[in-house]
Amino acid sequence: MMQLLRPVLILVGKDILLEWRSRDLVVSVLVFSLLIVIVFNFALNVTPQRVTVLAPGIIWVTFAFAATLAMNRSFVREMEQGGLDGLLLSPVSRDAIFLGKAFGSFLFMLLVEIALLPVFGVLLNFSILSFTLVLTIVLATLGFALVGTLFSAIAVQTRSREIMLPVLFFPVILPVIIAAVEASSASMGSESGVGLNRWLPLLAIFDALFLVICPWVFAVVVEE
Amino acid sequence: MNPVGDAIRVEGLEKSFGDWPVLWNLDLTLGWGQFLVLFGANGAGKSTLLRILSTQAKADAGTALVAGHDLRRNPQFVRSRVGVVAHRTFLYDDLTSLENLVYYGRLFGLKDPEKRASEALSRLGMSRRSGHRLRSLSHGMQKRVAIARAILHQPPILMLDEPESGLDRGSVEILKELLQEWTTSGRSVIMTTHDIDLGFSWTGQVGLLAEGKIHRPGSSGTDGVAEFRRYVTTSLESNR
Repeated sequence: MMQLLRPVLILVGKDILLEWRSRDLVVSVLVFSLLIVIVFNFALNVTPQRVTVLAPGIIWVTFAFAATLAMNRSFVREMEQGGLDGLLLSPVSRDAIFLGKAFGSFLFMLLVEIALLPVFGVLLNFSILSFTLVLTIVLATLGFALVGTLFSAIAVQTRSREIMLPVLFFPVILPVIIAAVEASSASMGSESGVGLNRWLPLLAIFDALFLVICPWVFAVVVEE
Repeated sequence: MNPVGDAIRVEGLEKSFGDWPVLWNLDLTLGWGQFLVLFGANGAGKSTLLRILSTQAKADAGTALVAGHDLRRNPQFVRSRVGVVAHRTFLYDDLTSLENLVYYGRLFGLKDPEKRASEALSRLGMSRRSGHRLRSLSHGMQKRVAIARAILHQPPILMLDEPESGLDRGSVEILKELLQEWTTSGRSVIMTTHDIDLGFSWTGQVGLLAEGKIHRPGSSGTDGVAEFRRYVTTSLESNR
């Protein structure tokens, strides 16, 4: 277990240090996400009666777009001077490399979401102090990070990587987005209990599946 | 302690890119303590061969043993036994030279990676720049840090793809001393270059990669190093 965990932590530590130095990923994703929230807030009339219908959709569209932006940047940084090649030349398992990159992206996205949540709460007028909402965000973000890391590793090797990532990412992540929207809606009080019992376990199952499948496909993808 | 056998043994190696064959039926043997310089025109397959030997690419056919281990069966072990210098540095612009090396030292599971990183930078004359971010260093200095990264874990086999490019005369001398030290201690080096003078002055073992195979002195109708040098020069110039 330590053999897997140690390189994962080394990779995450390196990504945090690089982000701390440049701050380009978190800042650009945060600004982009804020702009989406503001546009939605003006485009849709979110009244207290319609908040449970509209707010979950706005939140998850914003988070999904933010995730694609963050994922793209994460691997572009690895490609700039051949860092990914250096990483693949080290005696570290491909699983550890995948999990390290995915966990780093998970942390960055979570950071952006934590910063955005109060803005959502104020603009869309709902309570962010909900355990189930936080749990939904954590589970869905984990799914985003796992699938996004895999597809950004594929997309970054193509010429049209900015287009390729969303084209690959959204069809696969769609069930997670639907489950996250439904679970968020339930946690905001639309159909208390019922929706959560159905959608939260589904999110956990998606994460478990992606946690098994994505590292395996990643190992195949990076082998030339 | 190096294993019994050769540092590198390749038999019948083949690699194509689409319909374009680059290496075919290539044989190569490099013993421990030996230093082989490979010449070749652009596109001859020098980088491809090093990429295959360092597990970065897969051959279409043939067998390759590096440090006594099959590249296909035990690539992770091979990675721990080779140090690679490629065209790109494999380093991060926003980390300092020392931080870059400490990061790799940790990935290679070295004890006291900070000390090892400092020693490697010192060996390449980069101690004074260890706290500088990579993006603030010149191309030649970045290359020296990249070489320091390759020797960080004291690999028994060094693979260098045109390592002299971008280096000034002083740095080339440091590299020459380093590679000689490597081979005198029983470790092996395989290096590619376009610089015929440099290649022939650094080692007695030279080869030309052309038409998918490695030609050595004595093969291709050449006897002796001088005749082989003329053969290499002609071959490289005919590809200009």
